[in-house]
Amino acid sequence: MSKINLNPKKCAMPTQDPTVRRRNFDEVTLGYTEELAVEEARRCLNCKNKPCVEGCPVKIRIPEFISLVAEGEFEKAYQVLQESTSLPAVCGRVCPQENQCEGKCTRGIKGEPVAIGRLERFVADFHNERQTEFVNKVCPNGHKVAVVGSGPAGLACAGDLAKLGYQVTVFEALHVAGGVLVYGIPEFRLPKAIVAKEIEHLEALGVKIERNVVIGQTLTVQELKENLGFEAVFLGSGAGLPRFMGIKGENAEGVYSANEYLTRNNLMKAYKPNGKTPILHAKNVAVVGGGNVAMDAARTAMRLGAETVTVVYRRGKEELPARKEEVEHAEEEGIAFRFLTNPVEILTDDNGRACKMKCVEMQLGEADASGRRTPCVKEGSEFLLDVDCVIMSLGTSPNPLLRRTTDGLATTRRGEIITDENGLTSIEGVYAGGDAVTGAATVILAMGAGKNAAKAIDEYLQNKN
Amino acid sequence: MYQIIKKRALNSTVTLMEIHAPYVAAKAKAGQFIILRVDEDGERIPLTVAGCNVEMGSVTIIFQVVGATTMSLNEKAEGEYIQDFVGPLGNATAIDGLKEVAVVGGGVGCAIALPVARALHENGCKVVGIIGFRSRDLVILEEEFRAYCDELYIVTDDGSYGEKGNVCLPLERLLKEGKHFDEVITIGPLIMMKYVSLTTKQYNVKTVASMNPVMIDGTGMCGGCRLTVGGETKFACVDGPEFDAHLIDFDEAIKRSRIYQDFERHAREEHCNLYKKKV
Repeated sequence: MSKINLNPKKCAMPTQDPTVRRRNFDEVTLGYTEELAVEEARRCLNCKNKPCVEGCPVKIRIPEFISLVAEGEFEKAYQVLQESTSLPAVCGRVCPQENQCEGKCTRGIKGEPVAIGRLERFVADFHNERQTEFVNKVCPNGHKVAVVGSGPAGLACAGDLAKLGYQVTVFEALHVAGGVLVYGIPEFRLPKAIVAKEIEHLEALGVKIERNVVIGQTLTVQELKENLGFEAVFLGSGAGLPRFMGIKGENAEGVYSANEYLTRNNLMKAYKPNGKTPILHAKNVAVVGGGNVAMDAARTAMRLGAETVTVVYRRGKEELPARKEEVEHAEEEGIAFRFLTNPVEILTDDNGRACKMKCVEMQLGEADASGRRTPCVKEGSEFLLDVDCVIMSLGTSPNPLLRRTTDGLATTRRGEIITDENGLTSIEGVYAGGDAVTGAATVILAMGAGKNAAKAIDEYLQNKN
Repeated sequence: MYQIIKKRALNSTVTLMEIHAPYVAAKAKAGQFIILRVDEDGERIPLTVAGCNVEMGSVTIIFQVVGATTMSLNEKAEGEYIQDFVGPLGNATAIDGLKEVAVVGGGVGCAIALPVARALHENGCKVVGIIGFRSRDLVILEEEFRAYCDELYIVTDDGSYGEKGNVCLPLERLLKEGKHFDEVITIGPLIMMKYVSLTTKQYNVKTVASMNPVMIDGTGMCGGCRLTVGGETKFACVDGPEFDAHLIDFDEAIKRSRIYQDFERHAREEHCNLYKKKV
């Protein structure tokens, strides 16, 4: 066993210089070298009670993979990772580790926690760069399962089922597979080549991906089961519908939902010189909201050449739901924040283009049911912000297409699909997981739900046949 | 990839294509739309379904060459393939229970009005067709309309064919004469639909307009297609594309339709230049 590294700080992550990266779409963080990874891995105390594993939604055997990294056994470390997670290269980059594994790390009590996320990413990248052959297909068991949606939940579910020998078909509404990983999260945070590699893995396992098929429109869940011979269906359709504030001027030219702004850029490649999908290259951009999606939108606007980008959030800095690292990166790139501020109207010029945003200042009042303090308006605090583009990043709600077209599918009042703890919906043989069930959450939770459902589907079909 | 199994020019700028897409063909109903991409880097554009053939597994689209994407689509020959084709999206036209309907189409919108007229006709509804074009050489699908309409009125802006004027002229005349319609369905340029709506509002005749706004995914994800209907924000892709015309904020929809005009013009010019170089 190598000696423990007692440095209270994480090994710094090599990162593109903020003044350079704020104008390009290349990945911000460059990843650990082998030396850095070993050095960081040696910070792990290999605690007996493993609090980090408790913090991980998919229970990766964290100390085990980290000690393998410390020993330089990177490929073996990958094998440990892949027993619990389907998308390590993705989760190592986008998981909110500070609230999960790293939040529980013993090293975090006096100093910084072990950089578990960075190590996960290092191991996954190490493996992906060297892997030349894909895993062999498993002997098919003759049972067909349909997966609706190719985001993190669907991919995880499809992967696990394929490994068990199921003949899995994933139906994707868009022309590219990956769901939020391709349309939502920008290239500079999650290179699309990594997502493409994960999809390739799945296809090598024998998973069939049918793009351009919208379940609920092109085919219904009932047709999948009754006409196309799928014995079970997993719904991982995500929470795609953007919310708006309902304020005056919100439909003016220059006002986007974060989903539209990011989709134009990430999925449709509007940022590329030869991109055929248009996007406004605005000068003064305001992003309303404080989540990861808001940070992604703000940093995208900066990269598209904005002079000023301001995140407008109705609560304070402490309450920002975004990952800490994303907020820090945004600040380094020159994104301004206006906390305790809420828009009330978007004003337009004579051509109907957004030109100013009227805002009010807020103060935090009593804590609400969720424990967060409710912001209330400060009287007489109205002011104007110069904008030519406003991006609304207020969260999303589940897509209505499935619930409208699937008889007997029970949903909550908010439209989220109701399931039991195994992911079973109100319809026999139909399972669901990810944001379609929980409302907008994280990649790792969706992936965990997909894996969970895969297990339940396997049990269901084993018992049935 | 989706094969173009038939291509026919309807006039100098309007083209009909039949695309092999069996899933879509099996499902599509009048009023619904599809989204396509011509090539690998292409943008996604929505086009309303103009018809389908279940046996052949083909879907008919009719489009006007207005921008770079429709231009490159128009350059594809019969037998060639387009990259992506997804649908049917949106809700079908509600035709049940309708006995007498006026279908009012304008320009390339007539291509979409036709399947609606046909569906109504086949459902036993009396159909009055009113179709308008800029001039005689732009008239499309006249024969087809005659087959499905009990009465057909054709107008042209310059009077070179049919009656001179716009579609509101015969529509208002019929309404003034006391002609009863359960509903008026209008499909065409926004400005035309706005005036059709204003006309029928005076006579209190229920009117439905088919909207075709800027759109990316077509499944409710981007919100780019949003419009105000009765004071509420609606998404054309999942809540429409047809809405009660008397409640639509047409002025806002017209402004929103112009957001990318400059980009479009530029892209079109660039595409033309490229084409010239090739030739």
